[in-house]
Amino acid sequence: MTEKISEDQVKHVAELAKLKIADDQLPYFTTQLDQIIGLFETLSEVDTDGVEPTSSVTDQINVMRDDVAEDWHQRQALLDNAPDTADGYIRVPTIIDESGENE
Amino acid sequence: MNFETTIGLEVHVELKTHSKIFSPSPVEFGDEPNSNTNVIDWGYPGVLPTTNKGVVHDGIMAGLALHATIEKNPHFDRKNYFYPDNPKAYQITQSEKPIAHDGWVEVEVDGQKKKIGIAEMHIEEDAGKNTHESEHSFVDLNRQGTPLIEIVSKPDITSPDEAYAYLEQLRQIVQFTGISDVKMEEGSMRVDTNISIRPVGQKEFGTKVEMKNINSFNYVKKSLEYEEQRQQRVIMSGGTIQQETRRFDETTGQTELMRVKEGSDDYRYFPEPDLPALTISQDWIDSIAKELPEPPAKRRERYVNELGITDYDAMVITQTKEMSDFFDKMIAAGAAAKLAANYLQGDVNAYMNDNQVELQDTKITPEHLATMIKLITDGTISSKMAKKVFKAITKGEEPKKFVEEKGMVQLSDPAKLQPIVDEVVAANPQSVEDFHNGKDRAIGYLVGQIMKQTHGKANPQVINKMLKDSMSK
Repeated sequence: MTEKISEDQVKHVAELAKLKIADDQLPYFTTQLDQIIGLFETLSEVDTDGVEPTSSVTDQINVMRDDVAEDWHQRQALLDNAPDTADGYIRVPTIIDESGENE
Repeated sequence: MNFETTIGLEVHVELKTHSKIFSPSPVEFGDEPNSNTNVIDWGYPGVLPTTNKGVVHDGIMAGLALHATIEKNPHFDRKNYFYPDNPKAYQITQSEKPIAHDGWVEVEVDGQKKKIGIAEMHIEEDAGKNTHESEHSFVDLNRQGTPLIEIVSKPDITSPDEAYAYLEQLRQIVQFTGISDVKMEEGSMRVDTNISIRPVGQKEFGTKVEMKNINSFNYVKKSLEYEEQRQQRVIMSGGTIQQETRRFDETTGQTELMRVKEGSDDYRYFPEPDLPALTISQDWIDSIAKELPEPPAKRRERYVNELGITDYDAMVITQTKEMSDFFDKMIAAGAAAKLAANYLQGDVNAYMNDNQVELQDTKITPEHLATMIKLITDGTISSKMAKKVFKAITKGEEPKKFVEEKGMVQLSDPAKLQPIVDEVVAANPQSVEDFHNGKDRAIGYLVGQIMKQTHGKANPQVINKMLKDSMSK
């Protein structure tokens, strides 16, 4: 079988998805992902020369909502459903800011 | 070695729509945490976003105001990242086909005019807000889904001064469209910068350094100036610039390393499948173009060329659309342009600053202020009396009525003033002598005496002249 994805790429993808994969699990996931990519490669048999890439799969166009605000009164229900809250906030473990993009 | 600087700016502008970009939750600030949220904002399974027509409208409007080409078939894309300010784990933004591209802003630095290109403009959603404490972080999703326009400049900016001028012009142009408050201090305008330097003549750009969330135009300029110098020092001493994100320290005026960038960001953009496609008709674009108010640059031209006020006055008046509209209404109501400009920059501005209010939230109306100015120009009241009238105007009182009720009418009739002038001249021989000896101050004393007698109602210009005539006899 030709390799479509490397172990390093699988590691990278796992990191992006915030998944921890042990080193000894890597070959297992690499083989699986390799098969999945193989499955999708069937699609490349279709000739798409000169075809615009599809960005939407619905046949609806210009379905827009008027700019009217609605209060659905869901605050309490949503907070009740959160794992942990305090003073109306969602309480989460301390976030270590890796991106530096957020205050 | 001589260097040239290349600066790029990414500006986020928060729109003033009623509802969010992809959900009907209200866009309001300062409310209880998470009160303006619903299942869509929280990214619950099975919910679907719907596009707010108002946001597309505003995006087109901003595009037109910035002379950009509107994309007829824009679409949204997903930008994937994990961070607790965004429960969906992706931001709906635009990458492939943004709402507008290839615009420009004209700036003037040291008398030189220059067009700064805009590469693209995106409409997208904002994220929630986190606050951090030692044990926990706290998430408020009120801001999640607030509509934003991101405006990305071309690498045309070559100095920190140009960057400042670009931001100021951009702020004004957007402010005049009315789609955003564009206030740095309130977060409705946010600026990220990148800057690189290269030896003059080198083709490739140098390595860029990014700076994020700098909170005033002045700090943007200062941080770029510092960074320009720092990068030169590094290169001159044989070092290399690394791709990194830096933070500006307002107290030291220096930038410091935040993190080094390893490889490019991997956001795995793909077309947003939950939103139907958009086609923007020329009709819609044309109708939005008709709604566009006269832009600030055009107004400045008109004020200087047609109304004869100075460039500086025109610049100050066009800081905000509210101020400029107010000025236009004063002119329409018959106020003299120069005086109208002076009052707006002087008393009106001072009143707004003292009371921390916006012009539109005061009781001052352009018609009242114009009436007051007409009373000054026709000599009914002095500019000193106008101080009291202005105070009345800030309380919503009609100036003409106020002046009549208070008997504030200025005394300009020489026949009525002559006996008083004669009396004062007769009673102050010393001042008269001083005047004849060339002491101009003496006349000021005599004017003061007449003012005292008339309870400040005498027209100072008239009595000045009458005093001189009387003493020169």
